[in-house]
Amino acid sequence: MYDFEFVKVGSLAEAVAALKAEGAQALGGGQTLIPTLKQRLAQPAKLVSLTGIAELVGVSASDGVLSVGGATTHAQVAREATAYPALAELASHIGDPAVRNRGTIGGSLANDDPAADYPAGVLGSGATVVTNAREIAADDFFRGLFETALEEGEIITAVRFPIPQKASYQRFAQPASRFALTGVFVAQYADGVRVAVTGASENGVFRWSDAEAALSSSFAPEAVDGLSVSPDGLIGDLHGTPEYRAHLVKVLTRRAVAAAG
Amino acid sequence: MPSVSMTVNGRQVSGEVEGRTLLVEFLRGPLGLTGTHVGCDTSQCGACVVHVNGQDVKSCTMLALEADGAEVRTIEGMANPDGSLGVVQQAFQDNHGLQCGYCTPGMVMTAAALLEKNPDPSEAEIRAYLEGNLCRCTGYHNIVKSIQAAAAALR
Ligand SMILES: Cc1cc2nc3c(=O)[nH]c(=O)nc-3n(C[C@H](O)[C@H](O)[C@H](O)COP(=O)(O)OP(=O)(O)OC[C@H]3O[C@@H](n4cnc5c(N)ncnc54)[C@H](O)[C@@H]3O)c2cc1C
Ligand code: FES
Ligand code: FES
Repeated sequence: MYDFEFVKVGSLAEAVAALKAEGAQALGGGQTLIPTLKQRLAQPAKLVSLTGIAELVGVSASDGVLSVGGATTHAQVAREATAYPALAELASHIGDPAVRNRGTIGGSLANDDPAADYPAGVLGSGATVVTNAREIAADDFFRGLFETALEEGEIITAVRFPIPQKASYQRFAQPASRFALTGVFVAQYADGVRVAVTGASENGVFRWSDAEAALSSSFAPEAVDGLSVSPDGLIGDLHGTPEYRAHLVKVLTRRAVAAAG
Repeated sequence: MPSVSMTVNGRQVSGEVEGRTLLVEFLRGPLGLTGTHVGCDTSQCGACVVHVNGQDVKSCTMLALEADGAEVRTIEGMANPDGSLGVVQQAFQDNHGLQCGYCTPGMVMTAAALLEKNPDPSEAEIRAYLEGNLCRCTGYHNIVKSIQAAAAALR
């Protein structure tokens, strides 16, 4: 790891100011960034730790919306997002207990790993990503592999999830890394159903719109039976072919609908 | 160089570190607490698990400066004040929960964190909680047995 200057700030305003420095980068739980630095795949001059900023941490629900602070750990969401059980369940399966005690929702979304879990929950809920500068709809936030709408130095301060009538996240774990080989988040709202898929596409998380239409008219596992997912553009690697992942998308969607009840 | 101070196993310690110094490097180097192991250094194996403010974390994936002002507990802090093995450690010895012992500090710290949250875990809950702790020797069965025995002894 190359050396860098480390600063820990106590407020969002200080973090925004510190991140204006040349080569400065935000540090959340470090569960992605520290391994990246060890491999020398990044060389920030300065890391600005967000973990001491109280206003970025917490889970609360009101008026049908669950708000999660940008520096809230996966463990805290798993424990406290009782108003949105499918999201709490999603958080409770990220990595392992020690990773969940450090890793944060803001770090996961900013990183936008194509196999990460939170992107499915955020896109599948039509959530809003709130930053120090603006509000970004989930549909505009994810831009492909490890790419988001975030500008340099922009900090995710919160994520606001409209709480659905029913929802479930189903993931099939890659047996070695335990990341999702494919994961599907299904959420039913008064105005329709959203289906978001992670782990499968070379372009990162995406919505399966055919399934959304079918499930919006009939919310039952059989509703997707007549549909198929094209393997074009899906990931093929030693863990699974594009065809295998396409199959998993459908199987996991059925399971999610069944589990949502 | 920036300085860092924290409480480790009840003792106030401080030292000079670099920005990039990992918590495990600070523990094993300047503090000489070599009970905490580095198995993979890639956040996978859990040999380096310690408690920071009561939370189990991988000390190879946390900066020392991030633990400034924290209460840290390592495997050395699990023994009784007279130096004899603590309850969780003793349960591992009694139940053959280790062979080479490389993973054991992390296993004991992870087990202790689980039992603080859940004093009566099922076998499935124990196995799920060990997801981030790898053991090349035991096949895990005796580790699970050790944790069940520790849970019973602590209840
Ligand atoms: C062993 C292991 C297993 C894992 N398994 C899974 C898994 O199954 N599923 C899964 O989804 N993830 C998994 N992860 C990744 C984990 O969820 C990370 O916690 C997460 O990807 C990054 O969050 P972080 O807070 O640790 O971010 P960091 O590592 O600190 O930062 C990651 C990136 O986000 C930026 N950043 C951090 N916080 C913010 C913010 N608030 N606003 C803007 N930018 C920010 C940083 O600058 C950096 O570029 C795993 C990690 C490990 C080590
Ligand atoms: S040495 Fe830290 S997880 Fe393996
Ligand atoms: S006892 Fe040898 S690695 Fe676990």
